[in-house]
Amino acid sequence: MCLAIPARVSQMLDDDRAIIEIDGVQKEISLALVDDVAIGDFVIVHVGYALGRLDPAEAEKTLELLNAISQTSSETVAS
Amino acid sequence: MKYIDEFRDGVTACGVAKQMTLEAKPDRKYNLMEFCGGHTHAIYRYGVRDLLPDNVNMIHGPGCPVCVLPIGRLDMALCLADRDGVTLCTYGDMLRVPGSEGRSLLKAKAEGADIRMVYSAADALKLAHQLPDRQVVFFAIGFETTTPPTAVAIQSAQAQGLENFTVFCNHVLTPSAIANILESPDVRELGTVPIDGFLGPAHVSVVIGSQPYEFFAREYHKPVIISGFEPLDVMQSILMLIRQLNSGRAEVENQYIRAVSRHGNIKAKRIVADVFELRRQFEWRGLGVVPYSALRIKDRFLKFNAEARFNLNYTPAKEHNGCQCGAILRGVLQPIDCKLFATTCTPETPMGSCMVSSEGACAAHYIYGRYQDEAETA
Amino acid sequence: MSAPQVRTKREFGRPLNFKRGVIELSHGSGGRAMTQLIDELFAKSLANPWLEQGNDQACLELPAGRVAMTTDSYVISPLFFPGGDIGSLAVHGTINDIAMSGARPLHLSAGFIIEAGFPLSDLKQIVESMAHAARAAEVAVVTGDTKVVERGKADGVFINTTGIGVIPEGLHLSGDLAQPGDCILINGTIGDHGVAVMSERTELDFEVSVVSDSAALHDLVRVMVATAPQIRCLRDPTRGGVATTLNELARQSNVGMVIQEAAIPIRPEVSAVCELLGLDPLYVANEGKLIAVCPPQHAQSLVDAMKDHPLGRKSAVIGEVAADPHHFVRMQTAFGGSRVVDWLSSEQLPRIC
Ligand code: SF4
Ligand code: SF4
Repeated sequence: MCLAIPARVSQMLDDDRAIIEIDGVQKEISLALVDDVAIGDFVIVHVGYALGRLDPAEAEKTLELLNAISQTSSETVAS
Repeated sequence: MKYIDEFRDGVTACGVAKQMTLEAKPDRKYNLMEFCGGHTHAIYRYGVRDLLPDNVNMIHGPGCPVCVLPIGRLDMALCLADRDGVTLCTYGDMLRVPGSEGRSLLKAKAEGADIRMVYSAADALKLAHQLPDRQVVFFAIGFETTTPPTAVAIQSAQAQGLENFTVFCNHVLTPSAIANILESPDVRELGTVPIDGFLGPAHVSVVIGSQPYEFFAREYHKPVIISGFEPLDVMQSILMLIRQLNSGRAEVENQYIRAVSRHGNIKAKRIVADVFELRRQFEWRGLGVVPYSALRIKDRFLKFNAEARFNLNYTPAKEHNGCQCGAILRGVLQPIDCKLFATTCTPETPMGSCMVSSEGACAAHYIYGRYQDEAETA
Repeated sequence: MSAPQVRTKREFGRPLNFKRGVIELSHGSGGRAMTQLIDELFAKSLANPWLEQGNDQACLELPAGRVAMTTDSYVISPLFFPGGDIGSLAVHGTINDIAMSGARPLHLSAGFIIEAGFPLSDLKQIVESMAHAARAAEVAVVTGDTKVVERGKADGVFINTTGIGVIPEGLHLSGDLAQPGDCILINGTIGDHGVAVMSERTELDFEVSVVSDSAALHDLVRVMVATAPQIRCLRDPTRGGVATTLNELARQSNVGMVIQEAAIPIRPEVSAVCELLGLDPLYVANEGKLIAVCPPQHAQSLVDAMKDHPLGRKSAVIGEVAADPHHFVRMQTAFGGSRVVDWLSSEQLPRIC
């Protein structure tokens, strides 16, 4: 449940607000629920609010793990 | 789209699927409940089911605030919308859901009620500023994800001294619903629904963290994987569940590490705690009355509580008899087991909650999954 | 608007004030005010020999052949959107409905229902855009009508256009002709119109540089039927998007369809907006797209010809027709699974969940 997507903060505005960008789409959101967000950070956006931050390093780790799983399986099948 | 497209990659999916087949033991079944509509959506929309081993059985849970809102609460919203001077705002999801006698907010709007679709609680607040002569009521629904924005809106209304803004609060809590399912006799005693493990919600957990699920793993000895909503997230999480079950573990593991921590978003939780408190009980469509499973606005913010301002009282409304939503939400039945499925009950004319939003178990199956049924019966 | 154009302005006293003036009930009541509106705006902008005759009907000489006729009403909010407005849309939409039969569109009628208080400046912009679109398409608006309704009884302006065209000898396109094994083609990216219109809706509050694909497709169709007269059917996926059109065709032809998600052209911005609002781009409206079904041996030459046309640069084969008594439209997802692409159960609304 709960539609939320990761988006990059592209501009900071007054009043705890910011502009986010996803592939050429801009939207103004509220940062009232998160602290210390800076331009370039990725946040998880839900109903116009940043709910939390997305950690790029952890995202890379997950992707590496997925690739590793995917490769082991092909090797096992090949052998 | 960064951090989205990577998690939808078909080549990786194919490899993960092979690994799953290698690791899933052919002599057992894996009955896994995805609690959330978000997972249901990913599974159907990307065709994840086609990639899973045959002995992995996904059960769609009640993770949809639209689906679980009882008719009686919707009737209250309809009654509010009918009042003179009231402008009711809500999320698009809610507009089509039929209340008693099949009347939906969309119908009420067609009949002349002032009902507006908003994208955010903040938009409802904005509307209250723009319409000083009207009572703007925000019909708030949602799990822990959607609750903090509502809380912020109430705090702002207080700070701005708004006199014409109230919230009709229907926020509900995920862990209590999971507990309710695990406690239900068919799961606990009768053993009719063997749920072996759970996919835990992604965005709810961004807010509440992974810690609240630890209790389930301990108390009920069921593994829980907090899982992202992209299809590769779902695949990886299912593999993690298979691994736990194979080795007899029942732990909380976090697959969605890029956004979920153990304690969640502390600031958001603090804001929620400032504005809301637990309701002693709340009725869930499909699950019945669940103790301590929803939030209400604290008396400190009474001015902004639509239930108080407009003297609203809850009367339970009757479900269509024949509707099996309750059993479906608990995983006891599948949508096709319901006699009304795809006959009287369709997305155009939903009889029960599971058919209402596209991520409800019945609607998702109707929209995306029917081909399999037809192919099997053909 | 069938009124003589050659009148002196003095006949009406002062000319219409296109800067600050608004539509009044008298502009629709058949009196002098209405005649003035027709003369100074409609007849002037849309100028053609039929309107100049000033009769209540246009008398047309049609070339030999079967005649295609269609009608459509346009109600859209907002009236002006990136890439067009209700005026150009009312021309393109009706031309396209004619063109989908393979016909060359010739003439249009236009009926306006205008709300009292509507700014004359906006109306002028709409009518001029309509005139421009018609001229570019070499189609004449030969007859018309204006009605004015009280304020609050219409959303600014509604337009109905009816069109006729003539089908080239020997060509027979119809939605019930798709056969298993046929290829399904599209002439470009999906969802542009719907997203452009949504981007203008203030309540959704996002910004994107996508413009509507609103365009008259008859010239592309001319090239297509010349290249592959064996085309079985054409249809423009407007309201309800590609998904709805495919379901219609599948039902009409008593077949199923299987499309490939990875083959469907879509702009990244359109995907992003859909992601943000929880919409499925397959259901988002297009106004300059067509779906073509043709026998497989002609698919490649047809796509090549389409790509040579300015309105078909991103053309692609997106799937094929299958035998299926249940008329399912299925999609192989880019992820590697498959799913049903069902009829839309009602208008897509932005979701939170
Ligand atoms: S098919 Fe309809 S009536 Fe049956 S369980 Fe699902 S929602 Fe209820
Ligand atoms: S349909 Fe999906 S997104 Fe909407 S409330 Fe239900 S689970 Fe949430």
